[in-house]
Amino acid sequence: MTAALATTAVDGARRAGRFGALAVSTLRRLLTMAVTLLVTSFVVFSSLYLAPGDPVSFLVRGRSPSPQEIAAIREQYGFNDPFPERYWHWLQGVLQGDLGRSYLFHQSVDQVLWSRLPASMLLVGTAALMIAVVGVGAGIVGALRRGTRTDTAVLLMVTVGAAVPSFVAAITLRSVLGVRLGWFPTIGNGTGLLDRMHHVVLPAIALSVTFMALVTRVTRSAMLDELRREHVEVALSRGMSKSSVVRRHVLRNALGPIVTVSGLLVSGMLVSTAIVETAFGMSGVGSLLVQAVNEMDFQVVQAIVLLVVAAFVVVNTLVDLVYPLIDPRVAAAAGSAR
Amino acid sequence: MNAPSSTMADRRADPPAPSPSRLRLPLVWLRRAGGGWLMRGCLLLLALFVLIALFAPWIAPQDPTFGELGNGFAGPGPDHWLGTDLGGHDTFSALIEGTRTSLAGPLAVVLFSTTLGVAVGLFTAWRGGWVDTAVGRVLDILFAFPALLLAILAVALFGKGLTAPVLAMAIAYMPYTARLVRGLTAQEKTRPYIAAYQVQGHSAVFIAFRRLLPNITPTVLAQSTVNFGYALLDLAALSFLGLGVQPPTPDWGSMINQGQAAVLQGQPLSAIVPAVAVVLVVVAFNVVGENLGDRLAGRES
Amino acid sequence: MPLLEFNDLSVALPGMARPILNGVSLTVAAGEAVALVGESGSGKSVTARAALGLFPAGAAIGGHVRVDGADLVGADAGCLHEVRTGKASMIFQDPRAGINPVRRVGDFLTESLRLTGGWSRARAGARALELLTAVGLPDPVRHLRQYPHELSGGMLQRVMIAGALTAEPRLLLCDEPTTALDVTTQAEIMAILRRLQRERGLGLLLITHDIDLAAATCDRIYVMYAGRIVETGTATELLTAPRHPYTAGLLGSTPPLDGPLGRLTPIRGVPMGLLEAAPGCSFAARCPHARPGLCDRTAPDLARPAPVQVPASTAQRGPALVACHLADEIDGRPAMAAVCASPSEEDR
Repeated sequence: MTAALATTAVDGARRAGRFGALAVSTLRRLLTMAVTLLVTSFVVFSSLYLAPGDPVSFLVRGRSPSPQEIAAIREQYGFNDPFPERYWHWLQGVLQGDLGRSYLFHQSVDQVLWSRLPASMLLVGTAALMIAVVGVGAGIVGALRRGTRTDTAVLLMVTVGAAVPSFVAAITLRSVLGVRLGWFPTIGNGTGLLDRMHHVVLPAIALSVTFMALVTRVTRSAMLDELRREHVEVALSRGMSKSSVVRRHVLRNALGPIVTVSGLLVSGMLVSTAIVETAFGMSGVGSLLVQAVNEMDFQVVQAIVLLVVAAFVVVNTLVDLVYPLIDPRVAAAAGSAR
Repeated sequence: MNAPSSTMADRRADPPAPSPSRLRLPLVWLRRAGGGWLMRGCLLLLALFVLIALFAPWIAPQDPTFGELGNGFAGPGPDHWLGTDLGGHDTFSALIEGTRTSLAGPLAVVLFSTTLGVAVGLFTAWRGGWVDTAVGRVLDILFAFPALLLAILAVALFGKGLTAPVLAMAIAYMPYTARLVRGLTAQEKTRPYIAAYQVQGHSAVFIAFRRLLPNITPTVLAQSTVNFGYALLDLAALSFLGLGVQPPTPDWGSMINQGQAAVLQGQPLSAIVPAVAVVLVVVAFNVVGENLGDRLAGRES
Repeated sequence: MPLLEFNDLSVALPGMARPILNGVSLTVAAGEAVALVGESGSGKSVTARAALGLFPAGAAIGGHVRVDGADLVGADAGCLHEVRTGKASMIFQDPRAGINPVRRVGDFLTESLRLTGGWSRARAGARALELLTAVGLPDPVRHLRQYPHELSGGMLQRVMIAGALTAEPRLLLCDEPTTALDVTTQAEIMAILRRLQRERGLGLLLITHDIDLAAATCDRIYVMYAGRIVETGTATELLTAPRHPYTAGLLGSTPPLDGPLGRLTPIRGVPMGLLEAAPGCSFAARCPHARPGLCDRTAPDLARPAPVQVPASTAQRGPALVACHLADEIDGRPAMAAVCASPSEEDR
């Protein structure tokens, strides 16, 4: 009697449980993200105090501020407050979009960032698209044609591509496709949608080379791993066509590693925009970072570092949250780990 | 150099593999297809660059910091084997002398990060428990800071040059080694020989450093070799951005930076030479590192 | 015309010292249950896959495999498709590995109907439900929406069986269908297979290493060693009077289903790998009867041995064939029985 009751209770819990477990693991993941963001923001905030000498004179290096300006900085940073309070203050500001003031541009940092962000987003987005299409595509082709000349070409591309720094790729592309052949503009962002797209092609290629090689490599080896699985043979033995087996079973199952690695590559790509934008004379967040370091505009540097790190944390949290959809076994493990 | 030469000897002694069972690393395939010439070639190349770095001042025919005015963009010739750059500096000499800074930076990064990573990994895996969990979380957070970003932040804080970025990058690379060592140690700890030493009353420090560490060293070395290539790329990028090694000190990254304007004017040599050097060295490090890693993986399975 | 016919099939991979399959001939008639017995690495799984036209990549293939008259060696995609979707299907050893873990059970059961047969989702779903009920799963509606990791191994093997039946095949190939399962589930799965075989009149080729299981399930048995059929006959024949030392060895190393449990005699040595080859009989190196100068020189052909004096009526004897030079001189079973029986009596 009790046993029967218990069974129905367990059964009910299981039915409600799948959703419940998912909700709990999602919440837990979001909480982890919040904590990570908090810690990273604290690291970025306190980096200022690592700088040699007095923080105020560090912030106004290379300029001759009036006493009023210095007072304003002291006020803004709360240098007279205890350290935790300063952080709290700063964090509140950051959460409201107040990232401080750029001495170089005489604007608030968020305004400077917003004006540069679209160009960088376009660059990163185009590069990501190229990586997804060409990188994943080459990996698939290499795995399906394993051992052939095509595969060797893919492997060669992977080996060399991973070692070509984006600045070397940038210079080569500019001189060959830009100057020599004149197919693409070699400098600047362009104006208007089409012109911008035209301007972003070469930088996007330069940005994607290294990451494309990594994604191709992961795709190829994940596909090879999955091609060896017995369920692939089972599907073939049931008269499924090779193409639908590759799509439904091989590529589908290889998605997990591909997505995971892509998530990890995000931060590297965002930082590499600094190189590519500088090499192509583009105006974006990356070139802004270099400019800000050169001009000793520390608030801007700090804001961009925070942005990149936060983007990495958020993207990888998203990957984690999406992962159970890619591999339901992970959801089960998260549920039972509770 | 001990480890690579012994792997070459192993290779000759090995029977031919019946089929490449582990295709986890594409380079393995290339290597097997090439019968080991790739690995050997890369080792030779690296040895060559190390020699060049050691004896650079005696090899370089001219002073790379000396600009011969009025002789900019000279083509390759008997006076300037690889021509000159805009300011009339000898490209070949700059390449030779630049090998020093270009290799010393990554070497320092790898030495620091590996030492730190091994210490952290060994300690956390040995202690286990909450220490392990806590340090694991900290490492997770460090993963969010890419090495180049941390290096740029260090430059913003401490000024241009090599010292601050190298230290920052050592911290950024440390989690990779720490996580690897942590995993290996946790695995190794369960083996009987550890228990045997414990029963014999050896101290934990003795067992961890003198008995366990040698067993995981080859795998750590393989990882460090790959890291070396990436660190070289990052530092070259930093110099390319004008934030790392400052002219007139010769460095491949800054040579590329200074040569890029000339490339667009149809004078590519002064930028191409260091670019080729960077790519070659990084390919060589990747090939050697992954080869080592794969040999170890093959031995495990 | 037999439902499945292997005619002198050879499968060889480049770089290997010997072919994986070497002149394999085998038939399964409609409605007949036949077993193929051998150790791991003997080539029995390759044989089962060949019956669906699945050959190892890069292999050189000789001979013929006919399913319902259609030759699968060198067959075009259309012919293979026809065989795989309507004539023959296979149950694999490990359902955990054989069913895609990231797709639902319902997807596994309906995908071939929907993608190759053009069935609607609803119709395929109804068929899947029907099949899950036929293999005795308790809650088919729920199982269709579950993922493989949510089911036990035995349940999953039933799903695998249901999946093999979706195409309404006439020939069922079972590659070690119970090896990955625990003992109690094994009996259930075999019972389901036997019931389905009888109810639907399926031709059954059971691949197994367990000669007693083979004898209990099937009418005829083929014994395979190192890619060759070394002995074939009816189940009773092989069990009572094995003529090949390897068959005798298999019987001696398996606990008997009935009778006293004696000491088991393992076959010495290890099965021959693909990198080894022998000029003579492949089993010679492990054979207790091997005669130097004969067995290690020439390979014996599969031939009908001279009749032995068996008390039972000779009319019952099928077309027994054995590939052994000494088949006429040795009679495995009595010797083996003596080996097995005597120590057990001492034990008591």
